[in-house]
Amino acid sequence: MRLWSVHSGRGLRLGAMVALLSLAALGCADNYPQTTLSPEGDFARMVDDVFMVTVRWAILVFVVVEGALVYAIFRFRGRPDDPEPKQVHGSTVLEIVWTAVPAIILVLIAVPTIRTIFATAETPPNALVVEVVGHQWWWEFHYPEYGITTANQLHVPVGRTVDFRLSSVDVIHSFWVPRFAGKRDVFPGRETRIWFTAEVAGDFPGQCAEFCGIQHGRMGFRILADDPADFDAWVAAMSAATVAVTVEDSLAVAGEQLFATKACLGCHSFNAASPPPGMIGPNLANIGARTYIAAGMLENTDENMARWIRDPQGYKEGSLMVLPIEVSEAEAQALVAYLRAQQVSAPTVAAGVR
Amino acid sequence: MATSAVEHAPPQITSDAKTGLWSWLTTVDHKRIGIMYGVSAFVFFMIGGLEALLLRIQLGSPDSTFLSPDAYNQLFTMHGTTMIFLGVMPLSAMFFNYLIPLQIGARDVVFPRLNAFSFWVFLIGGLVLNASFIFGAAPNAGWFGYANLTSVQYSPGPNTDFWVIGLQILGIASLAAAVNFFVTIINMRAPGMRLLRMPMFCWMSMITQILLLLAFPVITVALVFLMVDRYFGATFFEVAANGDPMLWQHLFWIFGHPEVYILILPPFGIVSEILPVFSRKPLFGYAAMVFSGAFIAVLGFGVWSHHMFATGMGPIADASFGVLTMLIAIPTGVKIFNWIGTIWGGSIQMKTPMYFSLGFIAMFIIGGLSGIMHAAVPADLQQTDTYFIVAHFHYVLFGGAVFAIMAGTYYWTPKMFGFMLSERIGKFQFWLMFIGFNLTFFPMHFLGLHGMPRRVYTYPEGLGFEFWNQVETAGSFVLGASFLVLIWNIVVSKRSGVPAPADPWNGATLEWSIPSPPQEFNFPEVPEVESRDALWAMKRAKGGTLPEPPRVDGSHIHLPNPSVKPLITAIGIGVFFTGFLLGAVWPMPSVTTINLPIILLGLAITAYGIFSWAFEPAE
Repeated sequence: MRLWSVHSGRGLRLGAMVALLSLAALGCADNYPQTTLSPEGDFARMVDDVFMVTVRWAILVFVVVEGALVYAIFRFRGRPDDPEPKQVHGSTVLEIVWTAVPAIILVLIAVPTIRTIFATAETPPNALVVEVVGHQWWWEFHYPEYGITTANQLHVPVGRTVDFRLSSVDVIHSFWVPRFAGKRDVFPGRETRIWFTAEVAGDFPGQCAEFCGIQHGRMGFRILADDPADFDAWVAAMSAATVAVTVEDSLAVAGEQLFATKACLGCHSFNAASPPPGMIGPNLANIGARTYIAAGMLENTDENMARWIRDPQGYKEGSLMVLPIEVSEAEAQALVAYLRAQQVSAPTVAAGVR
Repeated sequence: MATSAVEHAPPQITSDAKTGLWSWLTTVDHKRIGIMYGVSAFVFFMIGGLEALLLRIQLGSPDSTFLSPDAYNQLFTMHGTTMIFLGVMPLSAMFFNYLIPLQIGARDVVFPRLNAFSFWVFLIGGLVLNASFIFGAAPNAGWFGYANLTSVQYSPGPNTDFWVIGLQILGIASLAAAVNFFVTIINMRAPGMRLLRMPMFCWMSMITQILLLLAFPVITVALVFLMVDRYFGATFFEVAANGDPMLWQHLFWIFGHPEVYILILPPFGIVSEILPVFSRKPLFGYAAMVFSGAFIAVLGFGVWSHHMFATGMGPIADASFGVLTMLIAIPTGVKIFNWIGTIWGGSIQMKTPMYFSLGFIAMFIIGGLSGIMHAAVPADLQQTDTYFIVAHFHYVLFGGAVFAIMAGTYYWTPKMFGFMLSERIGKFQFWLMFIGFNLTFFPMHFLGLHGMPRRVYTYPEGLGFEFWNQVETAGSFVLGASFLVLIWNIVVSKRSGVPAPADPWNGATLEWSIPSPPQEFNFPEVPEVESRDALWAMKRAKGGTLPEPPRVDGSHIHLPNPSVKPLITAIGIGVFFTGFLLGAVWPMPSVTTINLPIILLGLAITAYGIFSWAFEPAE
């Protein structure tokens, strides 16, 4: 990195520009919850450091080369009746220079690149294993350490590395939480891995990044980074063999019956610890307390939930959630009341929705 | 064959069918074939552009329902497939066809009928692909068609069959043309035109043909695998049967990365012709330009996995492919510096072709720099499959290739059609395109870095994607309008424009030594070449200018006969593949007693075409 300091003397102006750019990027995090430029995890931070190295060089090269181009265009503008300019055919010295200088810059980019490739390749020890299963078009998460399953809303503890084991039951997807890490593709018949440690509590968006069919665009999920105590509380509540849900009001009781008569329970279970076999839809444990529904795409309001229950194909055409039996507006209200009651613990979002 | 025949051939009256539809259907004249490539590619290019505008309308607002999700997926798949295979590649083929024989001082390509065959097969392939729209079943699995999404299970409709069959047809056209142009450049150069005296466009074209010859067989193998999987239940990519979707990715990108250079090297050649002429100064570092082009081509076969960093190949593979990818920046940089070296110290004449060429350099630099960002593998893990990548490749393929093709269009239209395009409208078009292009594609850098994935048919509110998407959509319409200005320019200039002299730009290469447009035989006498920039040397030897070359009676010049056999053979291939397509509908792709006869009929027509072609007198 010593050579870099030689160059940086030349580019004080650029330094200021870069600083401005980075500042702008950081300031943007609230407006851009899915941004890659404001990492909140170690993996994403290492990636961002490499990225910023390339940005600095790119801006320097951009200014120098485009500057030379624009200068030449204005400086050497001619008129048709001007005498023929000197017929120069080339310069060996220049060819060597402009081969060597980019080569040196590339070495300066390659060194941190390779260092980070190897640094991110190894999962740190004592990591919490989470198995991620991609489905067309939603996400399933298993915690083998706790024996619990959830969907579309992933909880991770702040400060403990999570070791993700990725696989797919159908086509290729890509698991991506920009604030915490880069992407890792999710394959059928092949396990891939990625890891990160969340450093800040909050509710962040993630999204499938590999085209996977008609609803690739709405295959999102939420990732809740919980303070360790909140995380443990969530795990404990989810682990209870039978989820203690008190269904008090009559609307919710009606909803419970509709959940059976409308055949919802053919695909969905509320049991995070030992769901019955054959549940092909997302596990709904704690659905009442989730921040988003419909694979991380709709805010979990009563209105959105009713809309989703009544007409999943209207919002997500081609989704595998096809209603076997039509649901009326009133029935939807009852189902919403029932689903809303499915809260295994107090809402776990400490830092609020980001 | 045409050129070598001239010295000893007896005078012969060439075919009199020089006008009318039949003359176009049977032509073997490289110039007419070039024009047909240009016109059809431009039509396909406009279709691809319209598709892009529909995509942009959909993305102009969050949660838009302007397009259905499947319509969006069909349109983005067809936009990519069209722009690559039916737009930019055949626009380059237009220049190969029209210019290579003229620049090397030849009467035609080495296999004129094969050349016609290439064009007809290309046209049929393009029509087959676009016919899918009629059935509402355009390909919808992306231009990269990743397995196992393309399996019958996950893509049951005929959409993917249109894609797999259309691309196979187009591959035949590309391979036949590549053989033709490679052999033409090797064998048909005028006396004295040694390889290192060739115009740079011919050099970049020759390297492109080598890339085509090596890359297209790979995609063909992959497509045949996929077709056999779909039609005959093979399991190359079927996980449940121990097939592997990763196999597709490797095969596709071993083709796909060289394909990028297939798209960009001819434009490199085009601007390398234009910059010296409008700087009145030879190309700076000719040999460095040749070797950097060759080096890019070689490296192009060693970097395919940089499209796959997110697949988790492991640190050794990631580091190797990352570093190899970075290496490409070196020869690419050499080219950019030599272009700047070419205009440096020149007497720059700001004509429209020069505007587009300089715009090309300026935009290509940006695309090159973001390319280095992807080569930094960890950074790519964030960038891949986001709009940052979409920004990158549009800066190289639109800011690069399409700007250069526009430069070439303004530069060579006088030669091809005998009239000058309006400079005033041309410069207006340039600025419209330059502004529209940057409005459309520069904000994609921001969106990608802020986490907007590619290939999503919509995005929710609240992720901060609204503003830049609106700007891009507005920009895309400015960009689209710039092509209407081009059409306007062509119409206006054709009607009332200035007739083009043989050499309107003080050109350096042989095509400017003959009348505009050239006569069918190109050169009344085969030129003798003594140096690079052959025409400049000839003009210098005569004190600066040459007299306007007269149109001469070429009836004594022996030219290949027109032939309908290439068209028949191409139709046979079209029927053969259409037969498969007819079996692509419900319940699953198959060959049955209904479509087998059509497949066999196609084979029979193809066989008839080839045999009658073989026994038809060529001259």
